[in-house]
Amino acid sequence: MTVMEQRDTRRTGAPTPPPAWQPRTDPAPLLPDAEPYRVLGTDAAAQTDPELLRRLYAEVVRGRRYNAQATALTKQGRLAVYPSTTGQEAGEIAAALALEDRDWLFPSYRDTLAAVARGLDPVQALTLLRGDWHTGYDPHEHRIAPLCTPLATQLPHAVGLAHAARLKGDDVVALAMVGDGGTSEGDFHEALNFAAVWQAPVVFLVQNNGFAISVPLAKQTAAPSLAHKAVGYGMPGRLVDGNDAVAMHEVLTEAVTRAREGGGPTLIEAITYRMDAHTNADDATRYRTDAEVEAWRDHDPILLLERELTRRGLIDEAGIQAVRDDAETMAADLRAHMNQDPVLDPMDLFTDVYAEQTSQLREQAAQLRAELDAEAETPGAEGSPA
Amino acid sequence: MTTVAEKATAAKPATMAQALGRALRDSMAADPAVHVMGEDVGTLGGVFRVTDGLAKEFGEDRCTDTPLAEAGILGAAVGMAMYGLRPVVEMQFDAFAYPAFEQLISHVARMRNRTRGAMPLPITVRVPYGGGIGGVEHHSDSSEAYYMATPGLTVVTPATVADAYGLLRQSIASDDPVVFLEPKRLYWAKDSWNPEQPVDVEPIGTAVVRRPGTSATLITYGPSLPVCLEAAEAARGEGWDLEVVDLRSLVPFDDATVAASVRRTGRAVVVHESGGFGGPGGEIAARVTERCFHHLQAPVLRVAGFDIPYPPPMLERHHLPGVDRVLDAVARLQWDQ
Repeated sequence: MTVMEQRDTRRTGAPTPPPAWQPRTDPAPLLPDAEPYRVLGTDAAAQTDPELLRRLYAEVVRGRRYNAQATALTKQGRLAVYPSTTGQEAGEIAAALALEDRDWLFPSYRDTLAAVARGLDPVQALTLLRGDWHTGYDPHEHRIAPLCTPLATQLPHAVGLAHAARLKGDDVVALAMVGDGGTSEGDFHEALNFAAVWQAPVVFLVQNNGFAISVPLAKQTAAPSLAHKAVGYGMPGRLVDGNDAVAMHEVLTEAVTRAREGGGPTLIEAITYRMDAHTNADDATRYRTDAEVEAWRDHDPILLLERELTRRGLIDEAGIQAVRDDAETMAADLRAHMNQDPVLDPMDLFTDVYAEQTSQLREQAAQLRAELDAEAETPGAEGSPA
Repeated sequence: MTTVAEKATAAKPATMAQALGRALRDSMAADPAVHVMGEDVGTLGGVFRVTDGLAKEFGEDRCTDTPLAEAGILGAAVGMAMYGLRPVVEMQFDAFAYPAFEQLISHVARMRNRTRGAMPLPITVRVPYGGGIGGVEHHSDSSEAYYMATPGLTVVTPATVADAYGLLRQSIASDDPVVFLEPKRLYWAKDSWNPEQPVDVEPIGTAVVRRPGTSATLITYGPSLPVCLEAAEAARGEGWDLEVVDLRSLVPFDDATVAASVRRTGRAVVVHESGGFGGPGGEIAARVTERCFHHLQAPVLRVAGFDIPYPPPMLERHHLPGVDRVLDAVARLQWDQ
């Protein structure tokens, strides 16, 4: 319609044509609850399956021990860096356990624990952080994408994979994990928008642990909550207590099921707290107080599970000790494997850049080969026999 | 008198845009894993009509109009490729590809490498590039140097109708990610070409001599090829017999063909639209010098766009290397020594 025609419409009093824009979705059902969803410590906890409680407890205790062991390995120089999830184990583990074998996990660099809970070998999960290779496993084997270091860039991958799976007729769901800081990235927006438009079977899990390295949430976003962002994309947002393993398992399972059944994506915000620093390279005392950290100790995910198991008489001291012993065995095994020096072949630098080496890479590989041969022939040189 | 059947298979003038569209169509028909996606590629058929008819023929699930978000388009393509599809994404215009750079550099280029070969990504990224069509700001960049500087990417650019078809088919069939640079101003360049019986073209990574000569080698690609061929014709009047090498593929780079030509002629000029400083010509000149130093009669010269942001369309003719600028460079090749 031209401007002249519009004017004519006004003059003649003809009805205004309907706007091109029509609301597609009623926002109300998409909005998250005002308070994070909780099960442990409420009356609803009595309904929780005892086996699930026991399993979550054992896994979360193992996760805590894994975090402690990996952190110790950084101090011994065995790991270049380790972003600990101490305090966040419930979310990591409950999310991974909500997936079926055929589903895919898209973890960030902090989500080693989710990958291990999914069955990945604990040593393979650490190669990125040890520095011997970027990804120490075949992503297709466990259906775990490489741990992603750039922020939120793995989220569109999850959308694409889930979309492709649906096009092929497979009922596969992708779970994409990101931190609170990652929600400020452009890829977060693009991924959520694509997922909602395509109704892709994806679950986005934001673990809000309070800080993006040192920057608190209040400086990260002005949104009422990160879960509220969902409504802008036309998907439901859920707010859940990230330290409550049972609540996490329930909310994640619900979202995964909904996605699998064609209900589209969900954005879940898990409220949690990172008890350790961002990594061993970070000094958390510069941006938060001991009192703040202490306040979260009473809301520890292990404590919440232990209280519930004990209250219902599902575990005793011996049972708790058995779980701790099992975690200790896992840690000893991890320690033993990580204390072995990885055997690396420098010539691997040139494989897997392209399917077929370019002539440029062939020349460079020959150069390195010659350097290695010369090194091996020089007495006293590194790698030569003593 | 020709029969109807002969008429149907005869070579007729076809544009590069038609050949590209045909390559997409034939790739999709040959392999159900091939998916075309991008902004406007479906109903509209692409702003240059390269994808015209694909959504109708193959359905919207295989030729998909996406939300307007380049990082999202390429990022989703990564996940699709992880699940066994072969996405072909369109970036619509060169400068619109920049939001997708992080996906391209941090993930697409290195997924094979970071997973030690377990997760190759057969993605083709179609990027219409270069000037000469009177495009306004952000519609005429030559961004090949950025792509060339990223290990893991194959970078291809056709200059002929036959190459447009052949190289795009090869790119889509490649198990590696390919940045497929389409010279916008050649979209409507016509050549006799038979879509029913496309000729085989040399594989990716092979440069070809488009015009043999003995006096000097013009090394070029994409939109500058017709400029160089015209310059070579004009140079005959000056007594120069110029050889023209079309690189076709910037990565992998065909050192052998280029060096063989320069060793024959002893002189070389690199011609491209993108800026000279930090541009492809510097790399090419260095490689030629390293391999042909004792055969060279003159320094390797570059004829490039100026080192300026791409100019407004009313001034672009002063920026783009034309026949005269190429001939001026040839004249500077120390003929008297």
